[in-house]
Amino acid sequence: MDRVPILSLRDVLLVSIQVDLEDQLAVRLQEDLAERIVATGAHGVIIDITALDIVDSFVGRTLATIASVSRVLDADTVVVGMRPAVAITLVELGLPLHGIRTALNVDLGLDMLQQTRLSAGADRETDVVEASPDVSAPQPVPR
Amino acid sequence: MDEHTSKRLAALMSDNRETILKQWTASVRDTLRGRLTTTELDRQFEELYDALQAALDADVTEIDSPGAADLLSLLADLSRSRARHGFTATETATSVFSIKEALFDVLDDKQARGLADHAAFSRFLDKLGLFTFETYVNARDAIITEQAEQLLELSTPVVKLWDGVVAVPLIGTLDSARSQVAMERLLQALVDTGSPYAILDITGVPAVDTQVAQHILKTVIAAQLMGAQCIISGIRPQIAQTIVSLGIEFGDIVTKANLSDALQYVLRRKGVDLAGPSATSPAVGT
Repeated sequence: MDRVPILSLRDVLLVSIQVDLEDQLAVRLQEDLAERIVATGAHGVIIDITALDIVDSFVGRTLATIASVSRVLDADTVVVGMRPAVAITLVELGLPLHGIRTALNVDLGLDMLQQTRLSAGADRETDVVEASPDVSAPQPVPR
Repeated sequence: MDEHTSKRLAALMSDNRETILKQWTASVRDTLRGRLTTTELDRQFEELYDALQAALDADVTEIDSPGAADLLSLLADLSRSRARHGFTATETATSVFSIKEALFDVLDDKQARGLADHAAFSRFLDKLGLFTFETYVNARDAIITEQAEQLLELSTPVVKLWDGVVAVPLIGTLDSARSQVAMERLLQALVDTGSPYAILDITGVPAVDTQVAQHILKTVIAAQLMGAQCIISGIRPQIAQTIVSLGIEFGDIVTKANLSDALQYVLRRKGVDLAGPSATSPAVGT
């Protein structure tokens, strides 16, 4: 039984789907990926579907599930490399792929993950920054 | 048509060459109304006449027999050039048919045998006429297909505007085939250049109906699925009104009035600093 290889790139997991996703393979990929996210503490998942000729509702649902599972484990998912023909077919079929973020290629996918991390980090930092003046502000007053 | 008939006809044609040719060209020249020079017409018909005579002399009775090959290729050339020069189908076919009358006039024996000969000749000519007509139609079809392809070629360029920004200026009426090509070109260009932004400029689209809007929407959604953002620009006032009155919803798709606004929007999104009044004033304010 084949497995879809999962590569670890710094804090990102890279999955390149090279064969048609069948039921078994999809389930196994979900399980493997969840385990790897926990094991490596990755903060992002990039799924490359450049090699896929067909993306049907099943593949779409699988990708959405993977994205939700990763989200729960605090990792963002970006699907990259969708072919024009695939995108056209999806639009013609009216399958909007809800809950999946996409980027044109792995490079832009990495950029996207980094940007989300930065803005999320910035939010947290501002929380901290906002919290610290509150702590320090009352101090000068008694002096 | 038997052997003797075709021999007799060939003999008749060779005896009355000048008379028949003259009357034939004269009757055709009227229908062409000076769109073809006399010398050209004369030359074409002389060649045709000789080939026809040679074919009859060689006992050709069916147009698909090998002896008729020369005649057919001449006819094919003639009808193709007529099609290219914009002559009608009737004008082209008449060129062939009118030799019948010219030949009938020179029949010395207008009795039973002569009439039978002429009928046989007519049948042969009818086949040639049909062949001419068919070649004419094929040539016309080829021209139309060629032009449609040229139209597709020239109408959908993908232009790179900035690093990571491509634009597709759509020009002319959009039908399914054209918008399909435009869609594929745009999406392929996104992949090839790795541009996360695309601008679809519809300044050159004369009218937007529900179908065209549907095609544009599909393109935008497909680009979004691939991970790129697509902006529609160049919406003229009338088109904006049509879109609203047709009840077309563009949803959360960004639309701009002109290409420059769209480019400015994209550059802002990309975080490119723009030196200009609108870009500097906030800086002054802070």
